[in-house]
Amino acid sequence: MSLAELICPAGTPAALRTAVDAGADAVYCGFQDATNARNFPGLNFTPQELAEAVAYAHAKGAKVLLALNTYPPAGKVDLWRQAADTGARLGVDAFIVADMGVAEYIARNHPDIRLHLSVQAAASSPEAIRYYCENFGVKRVVLPRILTIPEIRQIRKEIPCEIETFIFGNHGLMVEGRCSLTNYLTGQSTNLDGVCSPASDVEYVRAEDGTMASKLAGFTIDRFGPDEKAGYPTICKGRYTAAHRSDGYYAFEEPISLNLARLLPELIDAGVHAFKIEGRQRSKSYVRAVVSAFRNAVDEIRAGRTADIANLVALTEGQKQTQGAFATKKWR
Amino acid sequence: MTKLTMGPIAYHWSAERRRDFYARIADEAPVDEVYLGEVICSKRAPFQEADLPGIIERLERAGKTVVLSSLAEVMLRRERKATEDLASMEAPEIEINNAAGLYARGTRPHRIGPFMNAYNEATIRWMASKGATHVCLPTELPAPSIAVAARMARDIGLGVEVQVFGRASLAVSARCYHARSHGRTKDNCQFVCEEDPDGMPLRTRDEQPILRINGIQTQSEGYLILLQELPQLVADGVSHLRLMPQAVDMVTVAEVYRAVLDQSMSTEAAEARLRQVCADTPFSNGFYHGQAGYRRIAQASLA
Amino acid sequence: MARKMNKANGYMDTGAQKTREINVEEHSGLSARLRLPGQTGLARLACLAVQPLLTRVVGRIAARHPSLFARLGDYRQADFLIDPVEFPFALHLRPDPDDLVFRAVPRHLDMKPVAVIRGRFLLLLELIDAEQDGDAAFFSRELEITGDTEAVVRLRNALDDVDGSIAQETAAMFGPPGRAILSRLRRNYLD
Repeated sequence: MSLAELICPAGTPAALRTAVDAGADAVYCGFQDATNARNFPGLNFTPQELAEAVAYAHAKGAKVLLALNTYPPAGKVDLWRQAADTGARLGVDAFIVADMGVAEYIARNHPDIRLHLSVQAAASSPEAIRYYCENFGVKRVVLPRILTIPEIRQIRKEIPCEIETFIFGNHGLMVEGRCSLTNYLTGQSTNLDGVCSPASDVEYVRAEDGTMASKLAGFTIDRFGPDEKAGYPTICKGRYTAAHRSDGYYAFEEPISLNLARLLPELIDAGVHAFKIEGRQRSKSYVRAVVSAFRNAVDEIRAGRTADIANLVALTEGQKQTQGAFATKKWR
Repeated sequence: MTKLTMGPIAYHWSAERRRDFYARIADEAPVDEVYLGEVICSKRAPFQEADLPGIIERLERAGKTVVLSSLAEVMLRRERKATEDLASMEAPEIEINNAAGLYARGTRPHRIGPFMNAYNEATIRWMASKGATHVCLPTELPAPSIAVAARMARDIGLGVEVQVFGRASLAVSARCYHARSHGRTKDNCQFVCEEDPDGMPLRTRDEQPILRINGIQTQSEGYLILLQELPQLVADGVSHLRLMPQAVDMVTVAEVYRAVLDQSMSTEAAEARLRQVCADTPFSNGFYHGQAGYRRIAQASLA
Repeated sequence: MARKMNKANGYMDTGAQKTREINVEEHSGLSARLRLPGQTGLARLACLAVQPLLTRVVGRIAARHPSLFARLGDYRQADFLIDPVEFPFALHLRPDPDDLVFRAVPRHLDMKPVAVIRGRFLLLLELIDAEQDGDAAFFSRELEITGDTEAVVRLRNALDDVDGSIAQETAAMFGPPGRAILSRLRRNYLD
């Protein structure tokens, strides 16, 4: 049976406490280095902070999941191994991994700690998921945001592990763990360094007429009119021109966030075990609002009532939301 | 001796164009191994399947080793089936680009493709323990990591491959961006990607060329070109150098690389020749040098 | 990749390709809509009047939340300009634990901040207090960021890790009148 656990983001210890207090069943977080995919300036946990965070969460009945979901480049594998050892010592409840070498290390050295397969592993078929389950004992897969609900239901029938799906936040367009766009423009890699459009390479430039250009490493990713809503300065949410599209169009996706609030009952029915809220890079305010809203919604649904979902559109990218691939194949 | 390989065609070239291309590769190109098969989009595969046995036969008759590459993205039923069918083949060799393929293949011998994220020695060692005989390293891996990975892989008897020519694959998606640019969806694409045999150029709103769209794949605008870096790659244990097919004279490209490997052409002369062949396309080698991928790093001449 | 600070002047050495010259008075959609007419003399007077208050506020916060500085990394000696658009002055912040600077400055002071953060005063206050989400404010264009984006992201993350309300703490420093002013400001903002 689906437990509909709520898995919530924490970029700082304060955000972790906020998430736990707002009703998170589990919180995911990472260290202040390349071992996780939100290696952003001023974000994440020192080992000491993680120790305190684990104590806080456990005292309130919440779990802590440690994201080790990047890919170590050859010669630097020890950093990931040490992070796993530290996490094990501090008592985290699960590791979220993508790299096979990292998964194998944890399966061998910390067999009592649960392994979750990160979305960064891009396992989107029953066979791929079974590969990780059978070889590394993976207990849960975080599915890529590219599947319809009927497809998720079908996968559930064919795999031996739990399913976690994203329900809110950044709407990743590219297959996670297979994207080098940031590295192509900045020299910093999403897979190897844990960055995506690093702030050190982002610049917002205003013109006299009030338009704003968002630039990454000097390349103009988008230009917004004075009153146009904006998004993250990521390459996959930029506007470009093509020979037959001289107007400048969103070649990949417009600034928009995923919000599956209205699909929660269907997802539960399809066998999804855990709901993930994206946003370790967001503020406590975001964490408080989103976690509270979904905590309330899940509790209502479990009690057999219709959930009244709070309006979260103000927190979305571009102030727009979508059900993405979950609702229709036409999204592809 | 270091081998030259021709990677799988990333684009939706017509059946006729493919036949002509492989006929020339078989007869004229000094490459040792050729990867065939559709890696990017499962909808395109049926257009090629009928010709595949003939192309394999032609290439093998010319003394080339043929390897069949699997899809990078496996989600739909037809993609799962295609992957399973490929994994069940005894010959030719296969290159796997998705964990679904690894699952189906079990411990029977196979190659690891560039989409498999074999970034480090621990992962490569794991893959070798499960039957991998050869690994193509990810394009974005910088030189120091290539050195560590290649030496280890060589020491345990694996072939090690690095892409040295052609657009870099930067991302794949479930969504088709070719179809999207024409106001269509992937299911209704009408194979519009066929119009762009070297990818569909995207420019920034400052008119700067930046990326190429190839169906669900996003590629670099620049051709990744490693030439002056070849001696170091070979010294580090890289056994195979991959040329990705672009819509240029690939026979000449292969001849240039062979000549550089044989030390019968200087890297300067080789670059000048590639410049002629590749017209205005920018060259880049930033990934190798740990810089932004689009950059062209001039290396101090190796003393 | 952390960029090296130029210790001598506290500005960022960002390399040739990223030279940043921020014109503090630059026109922008937000400021054009919200800014009061320039009142230079008044601005200078206002700066003098609020300075003792600012010094006390920032000193107190720094003393109570020392962990804040670790998240700033190399940006502890960076100069931020915080620009509440409806105020007659801007605020200069240098979050250096050894030499903390938080002062009111005329908007057109000749300085080159590492970054400018511009918005309505109460929005800025709520961002500091994590009552508003900075990304959301940015998406809605209510918040403007210019200059070194990493500096702003670090500052935001550092402040976001502070538990409790900096605004409340500040108001409490001034007793019941302070709290009254804060709640009145909030009411006005919501109206």
